[in-house]
Amino acid sequence: MGEEYSLEDRFQQYVEAENKVEPKDWMPEKYRQTVIRQMSQHAHSEVIGMQPEANWITRAPSLRSKLILLAKVQDEAGHGLYLYSATETLGITRDELINQLQTGKAKYSSIFNYPTVTWADMGAVGWLVDGAAIQNQVMLCRTSYGPYARAMVKICKEESFHQRQGYEIMMRLAAGTKEQKAMAQDALNRWWWPSLMMFGPSDDNSPNSAQSMKWRIKRKSNDTLRQEFVDKTVPQAEFIGLTIPDPDLKWNEERKSYDFGEMNWDEFYAVVKGNGPCNKQRIINHIKAHEEGAWVREAANAYAKKQQARKKQSAA
Amino acid sequence: MSFKGGWLNITEQKISEKEALLQYVLRLADDALILGQRLSEWCSKGPVLEQDIAMSNMALDHIGRARLLYQMAAEIKGDGTTEDDFAYKRDTNEFKNFLLLEQPNGHWGDTIAKLVFYDTLNYFLFEKLTESANENLAGIAQKAIKEITYHAQWSAEWMIRLGDGTEESKQKMQKSIDDIWMWVGEMFETDQVEEMMAVASIGYKTADLKDAWQSKINQVMEMATLTLPTDTWAQTGGRKGVHSEHLGYILAEMQFLPRAYPDAKW
Amino acid sequence: MAEKSDFKIWEVFIRSKNGLSHKHVGSLHAPDADMAISNARDVYCRRSEGVSIWVVPSEQITATSPDEKEPLFTPSDDKIYRHPTFYEIPDEVGHM
Ligand SMILES: [Fe+2]
Ligand SMILES: [Fe+2]
Repeated sequence: MGEEYSLEDRFQQYVEAENKVEPKDWMPEKYRQTVIRQMSQHAHSEVIGMQPEANWITRAPSLRSKLILLAKVQDEAGHGLYLYSATETLGITRDELINQLQTGKAKYSSIFNYPTVTWADMGAVGWLVDGAAIQNQVMLCRTSYGPYARAMVKICKEESFHQRQGYEIMMRLAAGTKEQKAMAQDALNRWWWPSLMMFGPSDDNSPNSAQSMKWRIKRKSNDTLRQEFVDKTVPQAEFIGLTIPDPDLKWNEERKSYDFGEMNWDEFYAVVKGNGPCNKQRIINHIKAHEEGAWVREAANAYAKKQQARKKQSAA
Repeated sequence: MSFKGGWLNITEQKISEKEALLQYVLRLADDALILGQRLSEWCSKGPVLEQDIAMSNMALDHIGRARLLYQMAAEIKGDGTTEDDFAYKRDTNEFKNFLLLEQPNGHWGDTIAKLVFYDTLNYFLFEKLTESANENLAGIAQKAIKEITYHAQWSAEWMIRLGDGTEESKQKMQKSIDDIWMWVGEMFETDQVEEMMAVASIGYKTADLKDAWQSKINQVMEMATLTLPTDTWAQTGGRKGVHSEHLGYILAEMQFLPRAYPDAKW
Repeated sequence: MAEKSDFKIWEVFIRSKNGLSHKHVGSLHAPDADMAISNARDVYCRRSEGVSIWVVPSEQITATSPDEKEPLFTPSDDKIYRHPTFYEIPDEVGHM
């Protein structure tokens, strides 16, 4: 037991010195669990997050926007894949991870349990949801678990166009007809608060967060990230003439930051617990695609086996 | 020829070469768009994440090619019509894509069957078009042929995998082929537009590619341990703008926003 | 059944341009080498990041395993002269 303690101690020193932990290195079991939980949650978010945006690919209003949106959602699939791969380095299979998602044992970002009801939602999601995600992901490029950090570096490079495409959609709508501008404002009204909630509970209500920070898995607190996001986003809204739906939003000269209103935490926890408008739909869709693909996966595996056997035979 | 009444009761009018070129480019564009639109429906529904990504890639290629072709068509037309006008403001009878391509995705095997038949022809066709006397078209084909080569290889590999996979997948794949077969024959018809383009060395008659297509398909079928239906009856009408019921719904979905907000720019 | 439906895992290495060596970029699932190659192209080269791709079944890789008793806490920093930052080169010299 004494030795265990000292290993943990040295592990702590090691990560504090900004060293990366690699898959086969010794790590506290709790660290392993935390990294698996966080990475898989992140992977599931990328994958489930495809659904609300894929919802508009076939209805994109121009060929250009159709291509961009499709490329964007495809990127998210890639991100999911990078992250599943990074998680698998810790000895858990993708099958197990998917099983945890489908049985509700693993969570994904609650933001994707809201519906995308108009085209402007493609703008708002790209601008705000990807924007909030980037805030988090830039921080995670320096996370202590090596494969996670490397996946995040790749992801961040690709993310840069996501927020811009969303903002461009908003910009065009805001400068468009009266109906288009109203569509943009309506989307901002709906997506603003859920986007702020993406950063998670406030620091006083986020016990796991402190340990994650200590292990250098997380580098900034929820509230810090949220504040950074607000400060960045408010001027962007002003620039295109849209109004952030928060009467308490006010520049604080002393803090050189925006003060903003309180979030509806009841709603937040309700959605986390599965009571968002789309929780059920998202998982049902995921299960459906997975089950309908079962025979395809089996066939591909069976064919690969046959081919291998044939190769062996012709070599013999 | 004496008149024979029937479903496709349309007589061909004499057209100019410019009109024929416009028609020719538009039909290639419509093929690409309608297939791309269909394949994009797979996004987030693939059998495994890697294949979801692969399918989106195909969709991106097809829609990307559609844009280039519509832009070319817009230039030929020369009256301010844009690529989006072609995609979003025409009705079903103005779309000239193959009927095959508007058929619903069905399951993975259904989509693969559709792709093998089309990709293989598209490969031989675009290989010819890289040498088109029309520089624009040749340029588009030269860019597209790399993607199309990959598509043809990818879909053939999948057909072989599913045909020679499990007992269940073999049955499913065979049924997919049988079900889609009646939409395939139309791809080898010739009409005035194609004839004129072939004479001008701009386009190429798909009928002249039938043998190459057939032997490639036979080869894939054999490797996949599957058989082609012997039925020779084929549906027709796509190149004349007479479609199956599915196209109307594709357009209703695709064109909804520009139709609902006619004054808006996106 | 669900337990066995995973494709096997492949490690992907990409040469981003001629003159550079193949670099590990991540992994993916595929039933066979052909599909692993085409997936690698779709997944890791969506922005034309590569001119050459290698795929290797993960199970075929033999790796050193870190000693349980001497874990990651002894970075081999005794040969610091091997690290470029060991040398102080004036900025005016430019990138080296
Ligand atoms: Fe992402
Ligand atoms: Fe994104």
